[in-house]
Amino acid sequence: MARVVVQEAAFDLGAEFAALTAGRRDIGGIGAFVGTVRELSGGQRLEAMTLEHYPAMTAASLSHIAAEAERRWDLLGCTLIHRIGRLEPGAPIVLVLAAAAHRDAALAATGFLIDWLKTRAPFWKKECFADGDAHWVEARAEDDAAAARWSEPG
Amino acid sequence: MSAPSLHILYFAWLRERLGLGEECLMLPEGVDTVGTLIAWLRGRDDRYGAIFADGRVVRCAVNQEFAGPDTPLAAGDEVAFFPPVTGG
Repeated sequence: MARVVVQEAAFDLGAEFAALTAGRRDIGGIGAFVGTVRELSGGQRLEAMTLEHYPAMTAASLSHIAAEAERRWDLLGCTLIHRIGRLEPGAPIVLVLAAAAHRDAALAATGFLIDWLKTRAPFWKKECFADGDAHWVEARAEDDAAAARWSEPG
Repeated sequence: MSAPSLHILYFAWLRERLGLGEECLMLPEGVDTVGTLIAWLRGRDDRYGAIFADGRVVRCAVNQEFAGPDTPLAAGDEVAFFPPVTGG
């Protein structure tokens, strides 16, 4: 069963790692991805980013994405945490952990989870700049291409 | 019997452009899919016309599941309109 959380507060990578692996002797590798707020955006310096989501849909959407990863790989656990609200440059936004008996599954599932999350989970980023300029981030074709790598034939 | 209604939600720039996060709507006559709802909303006023203008990429979910123009609608459904997602 995946651990799926949407929260305003920062997450504790060490605590999440410990919770995922506590008492487990069957895990052989854990893949981890942490997404953080990058200061430079299109040559402008970001003051902060605000993350909005669709509360009634978000948790179900993340659980569905995690279930799809569990269907494709033999995972021994996975964790998906996404933050919402106002986040400043350097702040962590998203955490993906995937545990498996072997590294191939752990690393592949980690890549799959973040790629699908970026194109399927109902979150939207608004960038705010020091000069008062603010705009909603547009979806990137590169993210669609990254997610498409995981489409199954047929 | 309560009147047949739709609960409609708007997110990100659609919410800001409309100045509205959600609304309830009596199911208009002839509206039975996402596509016919969009056509009906477009005809309502310029703000709706602008957010659903040609060339604007707007995604939709019905009852919290991604939906397309042909997805059927019925009274009591929750319909959400939003831009392509940008989380992660």
